[in-house]
Amino acid sequence: MTQHSVSIRDLSLNFGNVKVLEHLNLDIAQGEFIVLLGPSGCGKSTLLNCIAGLLDVSDGQIFIGGRNVTWEEPKDRGIGMVFQSYALYPQMTVERNLSFGLRVAGMKKDEIDKRVARAAEILQIGPLLQRKPVELSGGQRQRVAIGRALVRDVDVFLFDEPLSNLDAKLRSDLRVEIKRLHQRLKNTMIYVTHDQIEALTLADRIAVMKNGVIQQLSDPHTIYNKPVNLYVAGFIGSPQMNMLNGTLDGTTFTTDEGIAISAANYEFTTPVSGPTKAILGVRPEHIVLGEDARSMPFTLDVEIEIVEPMGSDTLAWTKIGGHPVTFRCNSDVDIKSGQKALIGFDAGRGSIFSVETTNRL
Amino acid sequence: MSQYAQSSDAAALVSTSPPRRARRKFNVMSIVGTTPMILTAVGVFVICIIFSFIWSFTNSKLFPNFNFVGMDQYNRLWASDRWRISVGNVFLFGVCSLVANMVFGYLLAVFMDQRIKQEDLFRSIFLYPFAMSLVVTGLVWQWMFDPNLGIQSAVRQLGWTDFQFAPLTNQATAIYGVVLGGVWNGVGVTMAILLAGLRGVDAEIWKAAKIDGIPAWRTYLFIVLPMMKGALLTAFILQCTGVVRVFDIVIAMTQGGPGVATQMPAIYVIQHITDRVNVGQGMAAACTMLLPVLAVIVLQGVLQWNAKRKKEKAI
Ligand SMILES: Nc1ncnc2c1ncn2[C@@H]1O[C@H](COP(=O)(O)OP(=O)(O)O)[C@@H](O)[C@H]1O
Ligand SMILES: [Mg+2]
Repeated sequence: MTQHSVSIRDLSLNFGNVKVLEHLNLDIAQGEFIVLLGPSGCGKSTLLNCIAGLLDVSDGQIFIGGRNVTWEEPKDRGIGMVFQSYALYPQMTVERNLSFGLRVAGMKKDEIDKRVARAAEILQIGPLLQRKPVELSGGQRQRVAIGRALVRDVDVFLFDEPLSNLDAKLRSDLRVEIKRLHQRLKNTMIYVTHDQIEALTLADRIAVMKNGVIQQLSDPHTIYNKPVNLYVAGFIGSPQMNMLNGTLDGTTFTTDEGIAISAANYEFTTPVSGPTKAILGVRPEHIVLGEDARSMPFTLDVEIEIVEPMGSDTLAWTKIGGHPVTFRCNSDVDIKSGQKALIGFDAGRGSIFSVETTNRL
Repeated sequence: MSQYAQSSDAAALVSTSPPRRARRKFNVMSIVGTTPMILTAVGVFVICIIFSFIWSFTNSKLFPNFNFVGMDQYNRLWASDRWRISVGNVFLFGVCSLVANMVFGYLLAVFMDQRIKQEDLFRSIFLYPFAMSLVVTGLVWQWMFDPNLGIQSAVRQLGWTDFQFAPLTNQATAIYGVVLGGVWNGVGVTMAILLAGLRGVDAEIWKAAKIDGIPAWRTYLFIVLPMMKGALLTAFILQCTGVVRVFDIVIAMTQGGPGVATQMPAIYVIQHITDRVNVGQGMAAACTMLLPVLAVIVLQGVLQWNAKRKKEKAI
């Protein structure tokens, strides 16, 4: 076994007779930024709490730094954790929030001061050290909470939706901050979120979860472009991937309405024999408009129904067969609702899923 | 954190409230409906206090009169050994029972916070004494402390024939006996208030403390306890008012004795109004007793105002 920073082996966790996690396996490399992504209630926090030692696992093992920590106390696991509600100790100053754990552990005063000073420098919270949490903004509070994990000088950081309580502007600021922190510290980070933008921007690898099961574990590019099943394809991407129902025969996909689309460029993951009920997924930005469309393997004349200018680009709504389809085009392009247009795409860049198994073909 | 939640709740309330006119009508009706009750309560309360105050400057005997004698009654009050001893007693009683009540109340709340299975049962047991009149509590403890009926005789019957435990018969210990009865009576309420406070603490605070390696007792003492200022203050004020007007439990347990060992200001007031037919003196004592109550109310107001100001400053 190579040395993983965190290894989860066959982990199961039940609350009474509700099975939240079942035989879950996950290996995380040293210095890797892993994001656990999934809708609310899918067991992300539960998994994170198991790694932290805040929940007793029902079955399986957890290794951190090659050591079996399944039954160790949270403080002995070499982890730091940041919570959605910040969870700062409200009656203590920022400085004391950072140092309290170290003091309790009996660390020497000058070592504590050194660590607090370093954390304050990295997170730029030096001027806030003598304030109480109530006197801080949300963003500042979350920095302090990160600082509290930082002073522990650990190899693994756990984040449980750390940005969910912040407003949009602060959220994107702090997101960059966290990325910068990871680049500087190079330690392992496990980050829980339900926000796909956070996942795509931060992660080295994303684990997409559903009902306590990891659906796909891959780098953001693969997750986005080669989703392994319909669930992942639908969960990632905004607006959603366009889904066309039809039949796949050889390398030709025919929609239910009889529109034939060539999938000659498509890399099949599993051999398909005979006609199969299938779904073709195409990302909105993979559909092109006008002159550009002429070079595409598949083209179609359509009528534009709705145009949504988003500033940086424009979203347009139309129909292929009976299916509503969105596509994204340059904001300079002049299109109006009601106008006829030629669109085209390469099914080779899309995704084809089996209707029966919902898996990628 | 919590204040944001509150303000957003408030915003939600405002935005979902029914149209203004319907709301106004409802308010008017409710004010009309409750006015007689409010008037009676405030009126009786204020009028009583005003009359007590006025009579405390008269030489009223059996019946109140209006022969004003200036500060005479107050001078006599503070010249009275009995009053000064009462004040000393209530002070000792207050400090002891407040400390014991808050400490044991918190310990019980922490005990209940361990997710024990029979939580409801224990809660009822701890709250049960409060449901009883202090007179009943007092009588029960009087029997328990009675050398011929209670703990002492029970232990003696078990074989330890020279066992001594009769706190109420001894001048030096009687007041602690009363403290014990009072704490037993009131500790359940403190427990219930503080338990609600404990349960209100964000679960993520506990997780953070665990990750930091802070032992549970330290978390309870240094992190959670300071977060419960509201619950602590509520419990404390409730117990304070109980202390100032302590009367029935003393009457039931010791009648102020042995000697003057458990004399209390409230007993002094009642005795002067009834047995000693000196209403003026009784009223002077009663008005003096109002002072600490006022002090507590002012203290509470200042604390609340301060907390509110801090919150506003933060936002
Ligand atoms: N203490 C608990 N007792 C019982 N069920 C729980 C408890 N905590 C979480 N759950 C359940 O476990 C599931 C996963 O919860 P969680 O890990 O918090 O989801 P997520 O963080 O992905 O939103 C949910 O269905 C939730 O209802
Ligand atoms: Mg969660």
